[in-house]
Amino acid sequence: MFEPAGPQAHLILQLWHLIAWTCAGVFAAILLVLVAILLRTPRAPMPAAPDLSTTDKAEPGPRRSVATAVVASALLLLALVVASVFTDRAVARMSLVDAVNIELTGHQWWWSARYINGPVSDTFTTANEVHIPVGRPVIFTLKADDVIHSIWVPRLAGKKDLIPGRTASLQLRADEPGVYQGRCAEFCGLEHAFMGLQIVADPADRYEAWAAAQRRPASEPADAQALRGRELFLSQSCAMCHAVQGTTAGAQHGPDLTHVAGRRELAAGTLPNTRENLQAWIADPQKHKPGTNMPSTPLSQADLSALVTYLETLK
Amino acid sequence: MRAAALLSVLAVATALAACEREARRFETTVPSPGASAPESPRVGALQPATPQQGGVKLSTVSQGPYEGNAFAVNQGKRLFRWYNCNGCHAMGGGSIGPALMDDQWKYGSSSSAIFASIMQGRPEGMPSFGGHITDDQAWQIVAYVRSMSGQLRKDVEPSRGDTLSGGEPEVARKPEKPRPADPPPQPPVGSR
Ligand code: HEC
Ligand SMILES: [Cu+2]
Repeated sequence: MFEPAGPQAHLILQLWHLIAWTCAGVFAAILLVLVAILLRTPRAPMPAAPDLSTTDKAEPGPRRSVATAVVASALLLLALVVASVFTDRAVARMSLVDAVNIELTGHQWWWSARYINGPVSDTFTTANEVHIPVGRPVIFTLKADDVIHSIWVPRLAGKKDLIPGRTASLQLRADEPGVYQGRCAEFCGLEHAFMGLQIVADPADRYEAWAAAQRRPASEPADAQALRGRELFLSQSCAMCHAVQGTTAGAQHGPDLTHVAGRRELAAGTLPNTRENLQAWIADPQKHKPGTNMPSTPLSQADLSALVTYLETLK
Repeated sequence: MRAAALLSVLAVATALAACEREARRFETTVPSPGASAPESPRVGALQPATPQQGGVKLSTVSQGPYEGNAFAVNQGKRLFRWYNCNGCHAMGGGSIGPALMDDQWKYGSSSSAIFASIMQGRPEGMPSFGGHITDDQAWQIVAYVRSMSGQLRKDVEPSRGDTLSGGEPEVARKPEKPRPADPPPQPPVGSR
């Protein structure tokens, strides 16, 4: 949040500074007045009896200083409200010319992203790692599959909820290339803390190359081991939940695995994507993410190894 | 004093009963009760995804592990949709496949019988899911299928769903008394 990488995060940070410094100023002023009053009040000598002469009298009416302070506070608060309204408007008025359209769906406990620009044949689906072009606005259409989730990518934009049965929209733009961490920001069950999303902002040409690669179906396995892995993938439990484009596996209950080997992380930021981790994840998802909706499928060591070899070819 | 002791015993007993209702097991390979090793033949001709060779494991116990576990029953409800059971059985009322919320059971209503129907498949179009879903998930679905006609405890049956559905939630249905299915209707006598 303190290192904004897009126009909206900049605006939000400005507003944050304004509110923080105003409140800090008021707080300091109040403390100063308090100290001044303490210093100026005459002190009675210790043994003297307490002065009770004023207790029966009515309180003096508000002095001018009090009235001024109340009016000043009200004006300052009003100014902050106005600033926040203007920030909101500026955030909402970002130009959306030439925007990239992505449908982002929250699941317990991962994200699916469907890129819906252009003709239907250009549509593709990926999970947990969303690439966007630098300098171009992105419109996320937000949906939820099961319970309420919320998306927050602090370096790019504010939070927005994903609510089952409704669609919401979040617009943002990244002005610098980089990897921006996102999180689910609404408690959504056991593994809420491991529901991460990476937004990768690429320069235009790299983004187009990435998108073109994502549109291609999975490549044909080259060696016997990988072929056997694919056979296992399609005949074991995996095909009941996962899709690999170009094969008969088309279920959408887990992340689309067509290009899983090209992602940085596994299971929504739970593990770095290495061969060892992939194998460990498939052998026992419940160990790494207890409660996740992927079961551990009983497989022999040889079968597991073949399966992982196949998945590693899905670049 | 006696009353207080009695009350605390009652409270502990209630709490322990509630434990089972809410228990969640996230083990590596959850042991399947009595799933026997001898391979039983598949009965359904179809299998989801790419077919497997070989038979399936059946259960040797008649009662499944999740009859008293509300969490597992609701997982079963989710999987019933994920694995497209509703594609043929609709939300329990039946369409291509038979209804599951009524009292008729062609292949038996016990947990082990339902487990066998799912894993082996059945001749008139029910696919054989053995090897394509884990035993543990099959047991969750079994418990859910039994809840559809009110065969489970009231405090365990689902009271809501994630999708639009007509009719009463499982918990509000009156328990059906299982019986064998009616024979298929015969053509009326004397018709040509
Ligand atoms: C019941 C459905 C189900 C089955 C069966 C299943 N998975 Fe999954 N899988 C999931 C879900 C859900 C996730 C997301 C888990 C999370 O992040 O919480 C997932 C995640 C994964 C991931 C990580 C993907 C990513 O982008 O991070 C891989 C790899 C994977 N599964 C492989 C497999 C393989 C191989 C099999 C077969 C042995 C399999 N799955 C069986 C539901 C399933
Ligand atoms: Cu979430």
